[in-house]
Amino acid sequence: MITFDGVTKRYAGGTVAVDDLGLEVPTGEITVFVGPSGCGKTTSLRMINRMVDPTGGRVLLDGVDVTTIDPPTLRRGIGYVIQQAGLFPHRKVVDNVATVPRLLGWERRRARARAMELLERVGLDAALADRYPFQLSGGQQQRVGVARALAADPPVLLMDEPFSAVDPVVRASLQDELLRLQAELRKTIVFVTHDIDEAIKLGDRVAVLRVGGRLAQLDAPARLLAEPADDFVREFLGRDRGIRLLSFVPSGDLPLRTDLTVPVSTTASARGTAEPWLALVDDGGRPLGWIAPRSLPDSGTPADVRPEPYGTFVRGRDPLRSVLDAALLSPSGHAIAVDESGRVEGVVTREALDAALARATGDARG
Amino acid sequence: MNWLIEFLGDPANWTGADGVPARLLEHLEFAGLSLLLAMAVAVPLGLWIGHTGRGALLVVLSANAARALPTLGLLVLIVLLMGVGTIVPVLIPLVALAVPPILVNAYEGVRGVDPELRDAAYGMGLRGRQVLFGVLVPVALPLILLGLRTAAIQVVATATVAAYVGLGGLGRYVIDGLATQDYPRAVGGAVLVAGLALAVQGLFAILSRISVSPGVSRRPGIR
Repeated sequence: MITFDGVTKRYAGGTVAVDDLGLEVPTGEITVFVGPSGCGKTTSLRMINRMVDPTGGRVLLDGVDVTTIDPPTLRRGIGYVIQQAGLFPHRKVVDNVATVPRLLGWERRRARARAMELLERVGLDAALADRYPFQLSGGQQQRVGVARALAADPPVLLMDEPFSAVDPVVRASLQDELLRLQAELRKTIVFVTHDIDEAIKLGDRVAVLRVGGRLAQLDAPARLLAEPADDFVREFLGRDRGIRLLSFVPSGDLPLRTDLTVPVSTTASARGTAEPWLALVDDGGRPLGWIAPRSLPDSGTPADVRPEPYGTFVRGRDPLRSVLDAALLSPSGHAIAVDESGRVEGVVTREALDAALARATGDARG
Repeated sequence: MNWLIEFLGDPANWTGADGVPARLLEHLEFAGLSLLLAMAVAVPLGLWIGHTGRGALLVVLSANAARALPTLGLLVLIVLLMGVGTIVPVLIPLVALAVPPILVNAYEGVRGVDPELRDAAYGMGLRGRQVLFGVLVPVALPLILLGLRTAAIQVVATATVAAYVGLGGLGRYVIDGLATQDYPRAVGGAVLVAGLALAVQGLFAILSRISVSPGVSRRPGIR
């Protein structure tokens, strides 16, 4: 656990970067520091590994004041990832990753073996190990940066805007990768970003800081969205808080209707049903779209009509937000539930969705 | 061209104390010794100042002042003060010539390393010396070598002035040739000096190829 106890950083010119910050970073969780530029989030992070020392208060690592530990010794026990990855350009990827183990006195072969293991862990091809950093894409470099930070298996990981220099697609995949790694590794992670969406996606808890280095609110993301502490936090969270809140509501308990699907190969007329819409499913069980039985030709089969567009969600994995999205994409107003392999499990009707939305917003309000 | 063949083609010019091998050795002695002395002073100083940021202004000012010194004038002055007889009077102006490019390039090279990289190095837990020698110097090496190369070429070319104060070296041919209106000799000497400067250039190209990491020079064709 990392504890900020009345931490202040005042520079010689009188500027206050961090003002009386008090918070706890629980072990094994991701705590995100987020805020506009000048809010002291990076300075706060850097006080944990003594890249900056506080002018007041204490930063405690498992109860020990970090300023009592020699900085290089402290830092070798804390993983550190920065924006441009900061890889050493003159060393091969594998040697970059082996940096801290080598500093800790591991013999070369063992350090390299550990580095190879980590490259695989962060999703990099072993063939990249002998490349130099300039031969890698931005996203690959950032993965190497994460591997390097994890090499000596430190309990704490500090990440200072690690994904802000890569394009949105790569950023999303790096974020997913981090969550996947964290599910396995359970590190104590402090993550700094100026992107509130990133904070909400990654954080078990999110600390919103305001300019001048004061803590505005520290809460779980859903709580933050549902109950911003003040106007500053509300404004910083931005629009669509209600919709974004649905990202934290599970979809596993939604009632499924299995009588609203029709296989494309059926020879029977579907006109007998009273339902205005049916989901058309191919022979492999995958969705093809929505059809309106009443519009079918008298003698025709479902295969004779062009199906309308549709949206799907993975039941149990995707949140309620995805269900709403799937429903909005369908003319029927219903969402098609699929399993992990994309096969249709059933349909969540607009009525069932409405009921779930009403429950979810009620829960979020308290 | 004929003068050159006349001078270099004469077997008498290749033996004895005034022969090309002996003069070349003398020349290399003046130039090499000056360069080593200048490196011993300027490389550590430049690295230290670039690393710590202390005394940077002093370096830039004194380097520029040293650049403005006329080598020949300094040589004559030192000979007047110390007399002739040793090679010291010729070493001092050559060292003064070599120090500024070495110092300034070492300093700029280290100081110019991306601050993010420096930050990452400290953040990994490297100590000051490990940051300097493990990260900053390898990354700044192309610039450090450029300073050394510039200095080496200047010193090799300028060591010719040793002949002015009665010492040897390839300058002997130029001075003596001009004095006795033996133009083949003067031209031959000048061409030898120029050739030596080119050889030094080539030597540094090889050195840089060997010592600079492909990750820094971004050489194509590596795996």
